[in-house]
Amino acid sequence: MSEPEWIGGVIAAARPQAMAALLRNFRDLDAAEEAFQEACLRALKSWPRNGPPRDAASWLIMVGRNAGIDTVRKQSRLIPLPPDDSISDLSDVEGAEADRIDEADYRDDILRLLFVCCHPDLPATQQVALALRIVSGLTVKQIARAFLVSEAAMEQRITRAKAKVAAANLPFETPGAVERSERIGAVAAMLYLVFNEGYSTNVAEQGAKAPLCEEAIRLTRLLLRLFPTEPEIMGLAALMLLQHARAPARFDSNGAVVLLEDQDRSRWDKRLIDEGLALVDKAIRHRRPGPYQVQAAIAALHGRAPSFDATDWPQIEQLYGTLEIMQPSPVVTLNRAVAVWKVRGPAEALALIEPLSTKLTGYFYFHGARGAFLKELGRDQEAREAFSRALVLANTAAEATYIRAQIDRLTQSTPRLTNST
Amino acid sequence: MQYAILCYHNEQVTCAWSKEQDDAVMAELGSVLERHKDKLGPVARLLPTTAATTLRKDRDPPLVIDGPFAETKEQLLGFYIIDCQTLDEALAFAKELGAVNPGGAYEIRPVETFISGAASS
Repeated sequence: MSEPEWIGGVIAAARPQAMAALLRNFRDLDAAEEAFQEACLRALKSWPRNGPPRDAASWLIMVGRNAGIDTVRKQSRLIPLPPDDSISDLSDVEGAEADRIDEADYRDDILRLLFVCCHPDLPATQQVALALRIVSGLTVKQIARAFLVSEAAMEQRITRAKAKVAAANLPFETPGAVERSERIGAVAAMLYLVFNEGYSTNVAEQGAKAPLCEEAIRLTRLLLRLFPTEPEIMGLAALMLLQHARAPARFDSNGAVVLLEDQDRSRWDKRLIDEGLALVDKAIRHRRPGPYQVQAAIAALHGRAPSFDATDWPQIEQLYGTLEIMQPSPVVTLNRAVAVWKVRGPAEALALIEPLSTKLTGYFYFHGARGAFLKELGRDQEAREAFSRALVLANTAAEATYIRAQIDRLTQSTPRLTNST
Repeated sequence: MQYAILCYHNEQVTCAWSKEQDDAVMAELGSVLERHKDKLGPVARLLPTTAATTLRKDRDPPLVIDGPFAETKEQLLGFYIIDCQTLDEALAFAKELGAVNPGGAYEIRPVETFISGAASS
C-alpha cells in the first residue's frame, strides 16, 4: 500500500471522531471542517516523516483545535487567548493530551455529529449528502456523482443544509437517556437512507454509488461500536451487510437486473453474509425485536438459502407478517404476498394484493408481481396488461428490459400447445 | 517450535480500506504465505469486533456480553501459526508480512499446545 493510501485510510478512520470533537469545540460545522482540514494538511507533512501517531484521532483533534484557535485569534482580538500549554508544539500532543480526551465523551460527540445530519427539516437527499460530506469526508464531486447532479448543484445543496443545521441551534449538553435513544433511532434511519441511495438498480451507476453502501456500513459499524448492546443497530448493520453481499450478482454482463430468484449465489460475498448472520444471531438474543431486526432476519434467510426455491418461505411469510404489524405499509404487504405465492400459490397471493391496487397504482413492483401471479394462473391477457403497466413505470432501462422479457415469454407461450422442440 | 503471529490493528482503519485496497493487501499477504507454505499452520482473519460476543465465565451463570473482550485502540484481527526454529526466524516472517500490510502490530507468541482439529475452510 502506498504512502498516500495508508495515510488516507488512517485519516478516514479518524475523521468521525475528530470532526465530532472539533464540532463540540467550535460549535460550528464550517469552523470544525476548516480546523480538520488544517490538521490533515499538517498530518500529510508530519506523518510520512515521523510515522503515524498511535492515536491518530487525538492527534488530529489537538492539532485541529490549535489551528482553529489560531484562525479565531487572527479574526478577532476579542476572544480570550487559550492557555499556552494547549498550543505548544506537536511532539507532546500525543502523550499528554490524548489521555485528557475522555473516551466517554466521544460517544455522544460522534452521535451528535451524525445527528446534525438528521434534522427533520432536511429532505432525505440533503441528510444523506450532508452526512457523506461532513462525517464521511467524501468530496462534493464524489457525492454529486453518486446523486447524478452537477458539482455546483450539490455544493449548493450542502451549503443550504448546513445553514439549516446552524439555524437549528442543536444543544451541546450531554443528552439524557431518552434523548440519546431518539438520536440513535434518527441516525439509524439516516444511515439506512445513505445505504439505499447507494443500492441503485442500475449497473451504470453502480460504480459511482457503491461507495455510499460501503460508507453506510462503515458508519453503522461505528455506531454499533459506540452502542454495542443496541439490537436494532445490530439489525441495521446485518441488513446492510446481507443486502450488500448480493451486489456482485445483481446485474448480468449486459447490465440487466438479475432478480433474487435468478442470481448466481456463488457470487454473493460470503464474508459479508457471515458477518450479517453473526449480527442477526447476536441481536435475537436480546429478545427486543424491531423493524431492522425483522428485515435482517428475512435477508438472513435468503442469505442462508442454497437456492430461491429452497428458501424458508413459510418463515419469511411469518416475518413479513410481523413487519406488517410493526410498520404497516402496502409495500410490506406486497413483499409478504411474494412469500405467500411461494408457500400457497399465486391465487392466494393475488387475492392479498388486489386491495392494494389503488395505493400502489404507481408502483413498478406491484404491477410486476401482479403480472407474475396472473401469468402463473394462466390469465395471460391480464398478465400482459399488468406487465405493460409496469413497463411504463420502470425506473431504469434495466427494469424495462426485464419486464419486456416477461412480455416476450408470454407472447411465445400464448398458443399454449405449440412449444418445445 | 510453533509461533502464533497475532495481528493487531485499528479496525476502523482496516474497515476504511476500499475493497480494492483490501484485496490488494490480501493478495500481497497471500504471496508471502506462499513463500512460507511449508512451515505454515492455520491462518485466520477475524470479522470486525462488532460481530464479537464475549462470555464472562468468572461468575455463575456466565455472563454474555456484546462486543470484544477488551476495549482497545487496536484489535485482534487475525493470526498465523508458523513453525520456526528461532525467534529471529519468526520475526523475519512477521516483518515480511508487515512490509505489505502497514500499520498496527504483530504479537509473536510461542505456542504451547496445538491441536489441528477437523474444521475446514
